[in-house]
Amino acid sequence: MSTATLQGAVSDRREGLALRLQGIRKSYGHVIAADGIDLEVREGEFFTLLGPSGSGKTTLLRLIAGFERPDSGRIELGGRDVTTLPPNARETNTVFQDYALFPHMSVADNIGYGLKVKGVPRGRRRERVGRALKMVRLEGLEHRRPNQLSGGQRQRVALARAVINEPEVLLLDEPLGALDLKLRQEMQIELKNIQKEVGITFVYVTHDQEEALTMSDRMAVMAGGRLQQIGPPIEVYEQPANEFVAGFIGISNVLDRDGKRLVVRPEKLLLLEESEPAEPGMSVEPGVVEQVVYVGMITRFTVRLDHGELLVAVRQNMHAPGRAQGFEGRRVRLAWSPDHAYVLKTGTTGEEK
Amino acid sequence: MEGFWTRMALRVWVVLVLLFLFIPILLIPAYALNSSKIQSWPLTSFTLGWVNLTLNDPEVVSAVGLSVRIALVTTIFALVLGSLAAFAIHRTRFFGRDAISFLLILPLALPGIITGISLRSSFTFAHVELSIWTIIIGHTTFCIVVVYNNVLARLRRTQGSLFEAAADLGASGLQTFRDITVPLISTALVAGAMLAFALSFDEVIVTTFTAGAQNTVPIWILAQIRNGQRLPEVNVVVSFVILVTIIPVVVAARLTGGSGAARVQAGR
Repeated sequence: MSTATLQGAVSDRREGLALRLQGIRKSYGHVIAADGIDLEVREGEFFTLLGPSGSGKTTLLRLIAGFERPDSGRIELGGRDVTTLPPNARETNTVFQDYALFPHMSVADNIGYGLKVKGVPRGRRRERVGRALKMVRLEGLEHRRPNQLSGGQRQRVALARAVINEPEVLLLDEPLGALDLKLRQEMQIELKNIQKEVGITFVYVTHDQEEALTMSDRMAVMAGGRLQQIGPPIEVYEQPANEFVAGFIGISNVLDRDGKRLVVRPEKLLLLEESEPAEPGMSVEPGVVEQVVYVGMITRFTVRLDHGELLVAVRQNMHAPGRAQGFEGRRVRLAWSPDHAYVLKTGTTGEEK
Repeated sequence: MEGFWTRMALRVWVVLVLLFLFIPILLIPAYALNSSKIQSWPLTSFTLGWVNLTLNDPEVVSAVGLSVRIALVTTIFALVLGSLAAFAIHRTRFFGRDAISFLLILPLALPGIITGISLRSSFTFAHVELSIWTIIIGHTTFCIVVVYNNVLARLRRTQGSLFEAAADLGASGLQTFRDITVPLISTALVAGAMLAFALSFDEVIVTTFTAGAQNTVPIWILAQIRNGQRLPEVNVVVSFVILVTIIPVVVAARLTGGSGAARVQAGR
């Protein structure tokens, strides 16, 4: 099936839910890995589960794949209840964190394995493997063994091996974790492009907030076996549901003012010297610069407000970044627009249980 | 850093130890091809006469045949039982799992005389007549261990996610076993089988207790040495046994990266 017809097949499916979790619970002894998870992922969506290690995100992925059974709750794939089905009877495919390529098979045999066990005839199989190889730009390497490939190439084989089966949902367990920064950024873009091209629903697990923000259509932040917030990246970043989300994604500057808890993101804080006037309507508070860190693109200032809170402000290095070093120990004022101070709802996070 | 003389002394020592270990083994084939009827130096002249005589000795031929049959059947039993045990121990977690693992390995460490006497009493108690089958059962008890050890070590070194990946791609349990498990453990199986064959082929003690009127190769050799009449033939047979046991051990060591040979020495 060519990419075009593949796309057609996907859009032919009725618009709806690719995945639905209802009240999923799973515990290992005393550890609760999933504490009543409800989640709906739409067809064709790039959905990310973001959370620190131990938050239960990988467990959730393994529950969807069928490697684990939930203690209670219901899992639906494309409207079909699969809660009790084994992995080989589910329309999911997984890109494993360690790739899990079969070491005794060639690249082509690895990619074609899913089609082979489904009984797809050899000729058609070869044709589709060829197309998959082209998609992940590995033409010419089909006869290599996995141990003759680089990390990035193995990653692509793992991806091709999963995508070729056109699953209802593709599960990716920190697939870029083992790659170096440069390659990781390239693969982020490539993954996103491939996802758009094939139109398959991706459920992507990561602990990297930047990855989650840049790639997802929607994302869920997970902690303590619970989903803390579900929404598009902009919403999760700009309007964090609680302090955990605010702290886990980006740098959170939390202030207590007038009995409310406010979050102001570093890029929205304006650093003013003592004499500089602030624009009318802005909140302005004085403080002392404790630390100045040059980060290349930006300079990061840590400011101790006279109120006591420690805030981080960043400034783009447009002009004379060298001058910023002299700010350490100096009295400054931080200004922000009240629109940019987001009021946190007082809610419980999994952490606070 | 050791100095020059230390290094030289160590090298000489290594050579001496190796000579001590292997000269006796090389002596036997030398005697087997020597025309003299007694084991004495200097060697007189080269002959294939003893080899000819031995090959035409019906006693020897039947002993070798018996030993080969026992070793083959033992190997098959050990392969099936040993790998099944390894799968079970690897895959499941249950109370007493470590104890069972220990009990499986025990027969290899147990002195053969204990295994032999226990089996013989049990056979007598159960009114089982001693035969080739009682010998095979005796050998299987400790040959299971080498297969079990090899397969278990391989399974432990194999990424668990490979089996999950196969299931994830739609393979049934049987397909996963055929396409993933068997190819991944195949060299461990071959190595285990060769070691089991070698162990069974030259086993004396357990065989002594579990054999009835059967003469396996080692038993026949012992008998001939005791009555001292056919020593040249013994030399030929021993040379043959050396070949039959060393080749599989070397191959097994190659297949498992050296661990196979180490295990045999440790075990017996």
